[in-house]
Amino acid sequence: MIVANRKTLEEILTMLKPYKKILLLGCNECVTVCATGGEREVGVLASEIKLSRAKEGQEIEVREQTLERQCDHEYIDQVRPFVGDYEAILSIACGAGIQYVAEKYRNKVVLPGVNTTFLGVTLEQGVWSERCQGCGECVLHLTGGVCPIARCAKSLLNGPCGGSSNGKCEVDKELECAWQLIVDRLKELNQMDKYEEIIPIKDWTTSRDGGPRKRIREDLRL
Amino acid sequence: MKTKSNIERILESGQLVVTSECGPPRGADAEVIKKKGKLLQGVVDAVNVTDNQTSVVRMSSLSACLILKEMGFDPILQMVCRDRNRIAIQSDILGAAALGINNILCLTGDHQKFGDHPKAKNVFDMDSIQMIHTVKTMRDEGKFLGGEEIKGKPILFIGAAENPFADPFEIRAARLGKKAKAGVQFLQTQCIYNMARFEKWMEMVRDRGLHERVGILAGVTPFKSVGMARYMKNSVPGMDVPDEMIERLKGVAKEKQSEEGIRICVETIQKLKQIPGVRGIHIMAIEWEEKVREIAEAAGLLPRPELA
Amino acid sequence: MRLSYPTNVKIVKVPCTGRVDILLILKAFESGVDGVYLAGCLEGECHFLRGNLRAKKRVQYVKTLLDEVGLGAGRVEIYNMSSAQGQRFSEVAREMTEKIRALGPSPAKKKVRA
Repeated sequence: MIVANRKTLEEILTMLKPYKKILLLGCNECVTVCATGGEREVGVLASEIKLSRAKEGQEIEVREQTLERQCDHEYIDQVRPFVGDYEAILSIACGAGIQYVAEKYRNKVVLPGVNTTFLGVTLEQGVWSERCQGCGECVLHLTGGVCPIARCAKSLLNGPCGGSSNGKCEVDKELECAWQLIVDRLKELNQMDKYEEIIPIKDWTTSRDGGPRKRIREDLRL
Repeated sequence: MKTKSNIERILESGQLVVTSECGPPRGADAEVIKKKGKLLQGVVDAVNVTDNQTSVVRMSSLSACLILKEMGFDPILQMVCRDRNRIAIQSDILGAAALGINNILCLTGDHQKFGDHPKAKNVFDMDSIQMIHTVKTMRDEGKFLGGEEIKGKPILFIGAAENPFADPFEIRAARLGKKAKAGVQFLQTQCIYNMARFEKWMEMVRDRGLHERVGILAGVTPFKSVGMARYMKNSVPGMDVPDEMIERLKGVAKEKQSEEGIRICVETIQKLKQIPGVRGIHIMAIEWEEKVREIAEAAGLLPRPELA
Repeated sequence: MRLSYPTNVKIVKVPCTGRVDILLILKAFESGVDGVYLAGCLEGECHFLRGNLRAKKRVQYVKTLLDEVGLGAGRVEIYNMSSAQGQRFSEVAREMTEKIRALGPSPAKKKVRA
């Protein structure tokens, strides 16, 4: 899923300063699972905003709405009937959702309530961890199913560097060294011969470096 | 491909190579480098010039190399993957060769988190093994990574570093094997304090025959004090300082600790000279260059061979 | 026992403190209360095993939210007591009332328009 973190209330209140009527938009997908931008978080944020404004003696109307997805225009269209009643939209979906809402309502100010951070997994209830950077050229078959691009602080394709110590990364003693994980897994799979092979320099054109990416499936187009 | 590197020539002659390092200053004053250089004259065969070590901004390695070159040294240009993409790396390789630099040390580089600009974006377009391969391709095939032909090949002797004390230990020799396969010719190790582990690593290196393909220079760093030893043990990534070494320093009076540190260093070098496959010593006296001569002298590394 | 407790304490009955959601507490503040406290079972005595422990964590979280909002973390608390501790119940009601009185009225209470 896409994992995001809520911006601080202070940042959000600063962005909202000029407005008295806002539409707060959540999303039922990834940000719901990572407990950042779902219906519950919409409720809590709305309450925080209203309490803060009440404390300052200033009114604010917050309409709470959580869409099935903010990355599909059919769902974004659902707020069209009343979007005109609000001065600004505060979205707590991922960066893709926030932008798509902005794209659909061109004359409306759309504000980000979260910082979108990574593609990851749920390690346990309340704990999420990065796994993928969407580089566009997967090497997991070479690295025992552990991604060196996303999980090594230096994205080394032929690691580990000299900073790997007791399975941890030099950057943070809590952080697992991706190359320790790769070596462990290759051993378990009896594939240590793969470690002996040099992985050649990466073609980054498939990643963000090649410019914004687009995917088309002609057979599905209407 | 023969280079003009002192390291290459001394390795070929079968003699022990001695190198040291010079950290460029945090400013534009060339005198700092010259002063450090003077302390190393006649003591070493080649000098490493660090590349923004520990991610702290300093005078560029290439510029400092040139200053040392003009003083008659054979500098080793250290280059990290952290700050340059493949375009900048290849460009700097050409520039170094054009200025008469004979040696390059290909490094991954410390993470920027440790330096004075932790908010920087890192590059890591390639890793150190891929950098070794890049230099070799440019030099031996006369080609850029993009496949185009190079007019005027960069003739550099290719080095790398390895940390026998990092984990996972069992792949540390295998990783050197990958560096050898990529084309590395000499290797400098992380500072050695844990002799038992280093010997074990050398055994793994010899089992793979890597000591015959790569000139291994064993790294040493003298302790100035017990405080420094403790700091190295606890705060420097990938450093292995055994407790008995700290105990030994603690056992002498404070004002005698630096002397004891030098003594430990000299003893370490003497032991390293006996290990089959060790072809040289790399003395890293961090901001203590004035002691390199004393250490080299006491360890029987002087005089250095005269090269025609 | 016929014990008395301050009349300003309004009781909202829930089957377990584990039922108390973060939003429920926030809504109470939105409606103008000056403080909220949860009276949960003794730790280790939850009929639903961990309800009161979950509530404890949520109260901690709401404290951070109230600090962020500027109402102050002290306006929300959780107390543990058994259903047999009537004395303790009235004691806590007085303690919390005193505490909130010292903090003064909630600054988020709707200000009367002039």
